[in-house]
Order: sequence, then C-alpha cells, then structure tokens
Amino acid sequence: MNRRRRRRLAAFKTVVYVVLGLFFLLPIAAMVEFATRGVGLTSPRTLSAFTSIGSDPELVDAITASLELAVITSVGMLALLLPTMIWIRLCLPRMRRPVELVCLTPLTIPAIVLVVGFAPLYNWIEINVSDSILTLAFAYLILVLPYCYRALDAGLSAVDVRTLSEAARSLGAGWGTVMWRVIVPNMSSAVSNACLLCVAVVLGEFTVANLLNFENLQVAISILGTGNARDSIALAVLSLVFVFFFLLVLSFLGRALSRRRRGGARA
Amino acid sequence: MGALDTRPIGAAWGGSRSAAEVRLEDLRRIYGSTTALDGLDITIHAGELVALLGPSGCGKTTALRLVAGLEDADGGQVVIDGRDVTHLPASRRDTGMVFQAYSLFPHMTARENVAFGLRMRKVGSAERRQRAGEMLELVGLSSQAERYAHQLSGGQQQRVALARALAIRPSVLLLDEPLSALDARVRSQLRDEIRHVQREVGITTLFVTHDQEEALAIADRVGVMRAGRLEQMGPPTAIYSQPATPFVAEFVGLTNRLAGVVDGGTVDVRGIRLPLIATDTPDGPAVALVRPEAVSLTPAPEGSNGLLSGTVTAVSFLGAVSRLTVDLGDTTVLVQIPTADATAHPGGSRVRIALRQDPVLITRDGSPGKP
Repeated sequence: MNRRRRRRLAAFKTVVYVVLGLFFLLPIAAMVEFATRGVGLTSPRTLSAFTSIGSDPELVDAITASLELAVITSVGMLALLLPTMIWIRLCLPRMRRPVELVCLTPLTIPAIVLVVGFAPLYNWIEINVSDSILTLAFAYLILVLPYCYRALDAGLSAVDVRTLSEAARSLGAGWGTVMWRVIVPNMSSAVSNACLLCVAVVLGEFTVANLLNFENLQVAISILGTGNARDSIALAVLSLVFVFFFLLVLSFLGRALSRRRRGGARA
Repeated sequence: MGALDTRPIGAAWGGSRSAAEVRLEDLRRIYGSTTALDGLDITIHAGELVALLGPSGCGKTTALRLVAGLEDADGGQVVIDGRDVTHLPASRRDTGMVFQAYSLFPHMTARENVAFGLRMRKVGSAERRQRAGEMLELVGLSSQAERYAHQLSGGQQQRVALARALAIRPSVLLLDEPLSALDARVRSQLRDEIRHVQREVGITTLFVTHDQEEALAIADRVGVMRAGRLEQMGPPTAIYSQPATPFVAEFVGLTNRLAGVVDGGTVDVRGIRLPLIATDTPDGPAVALVRPEAVSLTPAPEGSNGLLSGTVTAVSFLGAVSRLTVDLGDTTVLVQIPTADATAHPGGSRVRIALRQDPVLITRDGSPGKP
C-alpha cells in the first residue's frame, strides 16, 4: 500500500516536472527554431540573427544601458535598504510596519499609473539634471523595492541583529563595522537573493522605459521586432539565457557563501 | 571542559594591568511610564565581583547595559577608573561583555571571534592570533579554535564569548545572565570557571542574574535590587543571614512568615524567644521571617497539642536535604532538615517543631501564616 502510494507520488512528480518543463522550454525552443531559420523555406539554418546583434550599435547601446541600470539599481537598492532596515530593527522597531507598507506599495500600483507620476518628474530631470537613460535607475529603485525588501527582511529575521551588533559595539566596533563586518556577512544569501531579483526586474522592464521614451533592452527588442522579427527573437533568447545563467551563478555563489559561513571579516 | 587551575592565566592576561573601580552614581533610566532605574548607587571596588540579583524587571540588566553604554542614562553617571564615561558610546567604553543569548559572530571561527575586538583596536595580525590563542587556552578551548559557533555546544559558545570579552583587556567585565541558557551541570561548572578566571585576572566584574544560588556562590558582594533601586548590598553570607528587608529575606532563600510579638529587643514566636537582626525594632505584634533550616523537628505523641505541634503534610526530597511542610493548625511551616533525619517524619506523622536561636527579621506588612 505504502509503496504503491510512493510510486504514484513519484509518477505524479515526474508528470509535473515534464509538464512544467515543456511549458517553459517549448516557447524557448520555438524561439530558437524561429531565430535560426534561413531566408527561404528550403535554405539551411543560420546563426546570422545572433551574430548580427553585435553589429547593430543601437542595440549594443540598449544592452549596455540595461546592464548598467541593473548594476546601479542593485547598488542603490542595497545602499538604501540595508542600513534603513538594520537601523529600524535596532532602534525603531515601531517603524517596521509603516516602512514595510511603503516598500510594498509599488507592487500594488500598475506600472502605467507609476509612469503618470514619473512623467513630470522625468521632464524636470531631463532638463535640469541629465537626459541619460541611466536616470531610469531612480524609477527602477522604486520598482524593485517590494521584492528586495522581502528578500532582505527574510535574511535579517534569521540573524539576531540586536545581540550581534551589541556584542560588536562593546568590542569597539563602530556602526559601519557592525553593518559590513558583522551583520551583512551573516545574511549574504539574502543580499544575493535581493540582487538577483533586482537584476531580473531591471533586465525585464519594458513599460516604464518605453513610456518615458528610453530605449533599454526590452524596448530595443520590441522596436527590432517591428522590422526584423528574427533578430528580435534571437535577442530575446539571448537575454533569457543571460538572466538564467546569472541567476544560476548568483544562487550558487550565495549557497557556497552560506555553506562556508564566513564573509569579509577574518582574524 | 577540564579544570583550569594549573594554567598560567596571569601570563595570558598580559602582565600587570591594575584593576579599575566602577561607580554608578544616582543612575536613572525611564522607559515611557516605567522607571527602570530609580537612582541607583553602586560602587564596585577594583578587582571585585559584584552580582546584581533581583526578580525580572527590577532594573538589574538595565544597570549593566548602562555601564556597557548600550543604553543612555536619563540621569546620574557611570564612572570607570575615575573617568566619567556616561556619555561615551559603547565602542569606546573599554568594557567586555558576555550576553545571555549566544552572541558569537556566526560567520567567524572561535579564534576569529576572540580576535575581533583586537582587530578593532588595530592590533597586528601576528599578535592578534597569538593573543586569541592564549585567551582560548584560558577558557580551555584551544582545540576548538577553528570551529564555527554552530559547531560548538552552548557552554563552549559562552566560554568563547568570555574569551572574546577578556581578549581586549577591558577595565570592566560585564556578565548579563551568561549561564541562564545552559543546562544545570554545565551551568555550575562554568560558574566556577568564570569565578576562577575572574580571580586570576583580577578584573572588576559586574554579574547580573536572577538566580540567587548563582549570585551567592560566585560573588564577593551581592546587590539585591527591587523596582529600580538597591535593596541591600553586602557579602553573600550577610545577605542570607542578615537580610536588611523582608524583600531580601524572601527573595534570597525560602522564608517562613510566623506571627509573633516584639518585646524589648527579642521576638516571641509561638512561645519561643528569638533574637532580632534589628534590635531597635519597636515593640508590638509583628511577623518574624524564619528560615526553613532554622526549624527542627522531634516526634510528638499522637493527639498531642500546643502551639508547636503539627502534622507533616508534604515531604519533598532534594538530595542531601529534604523539605517538609508542617501544618500547625493556624499556619504552615516549611522545614528543611537532612534527609537522614527526615525519614523519621513521613507524611501524616505528628511532630513538634523547635526554632534555632538565629537572629530573625521582623516585618509588619502582609499577613502572617503564608510560608
């Protein structure tokens, strides 16, 4: 009886994996199939759509901009959220709920509504600060708040922030040391998770950039798609593969770090 | 977990640093509407171990945290070695602290933990390593130096925490219930080790605990706290045998409350005259606080009566001693006698009580008869 049930469970698992795998892989396989088609029906398969990506300067700019935005947003997010959240845990526990609410709000507001709010602000920024696409980082910082807040909050909950910081302070550590040498190393996997989410959101963002007339990766793909479907699909495949590998590397790094249980500080 | 007696602790400590005197002067701390500390005055002499004892919420931990600089005083001052440190941040106070919760940095080995404070003080890496090694040896954990906190037992973690606190050669050692998370056997062992290390090193130490046995066993002097104030301060024997207030008598050890009449410097309790701790107590009816071990029992014939006769209603075996509850009719008395003697008085037997001529404390609040 028991064995039969276990076998049935195993079969069910396999079915789920296969269905889910097909659900994710089929579209990607179809994209690859389409992107490698020759010009005519009978012509041989070609990688020209992939190789031509590097030769389109506009496209390269868009890719570079998206990658830069991902880095800037991640760094800005950590610089903003980490000290704030640690400070609230240590000194202002009553502010925890309000801050959580503020951080989660962007999730409840549709991107299009956000843009309506952003537009006048960006008009001003364009005139008075810069018209660079990198100014999008401000908007993205807000977009990634909910995801990153959740990730960092989970990491902080697993650490006895108060006792560790008090122990470090009584040993002569200042607030900066407490944060970077004591607390952050103990939540390294949460930090890498937050970065991972941040990068994924930024690389996949279309609405805000498009409506504010910036050309990031997703906007470039969409523009390209109107003229050359094959190239745009090739680019989409590449960006998917890139994000996938990035996630793999980050989660591997995070796990390796937490397994070794050591960070920056060494005796 | 070997004994430490043979190790050259003074050498590990790094020679002759003179111990510091710590003074808490009129310390006040208020949280919203609660007064945690209400004008606390304590002087800890150089090299002395003072235990602060009291029920939870009496302000003892607050006092310790104020000395450490982890909280700000609302009034009064903390003076360490003649220097007013009241407004110095924790990182510049020169105190070593061991916490109740396990506080080792999880991402560092035991050695790295111990060396952390030295690193903060910009000690060179070779010396750091050496001193961390010496401190670990001091607490008997040299062989565990490369282990992480999660690979150490609770007792070992607290030893490393002690080594870490001492490694920076602080002028004061602060212990915030460091043993309360440990099981009984490890607790008493580590308690003795802390005392041993403290004596050898000669460091001024403030030890906070709610466990009266722990406080009496470890301290040079015990301060009993109540509601943010110091109730009594003195050597453990004085705290136990000559409590200054009924609160101290009842918090430190068990006490019987027996009705009596004060008359001319003695008290008459159920026909027995007992000397008073405070001989200037005014005459009149009062309640005498009598320790269970000051009561002894003799068998009484069945049906005997009188103020000192009663029935054993409960016997609890505590090892070498037993604690008996005797019903005297109008009140009950706790009696603590050697287990060998207690076997003569099983539950239900008639007994006659006698009171040893120890000086007793008088109280006039509350009702008599509740032991």
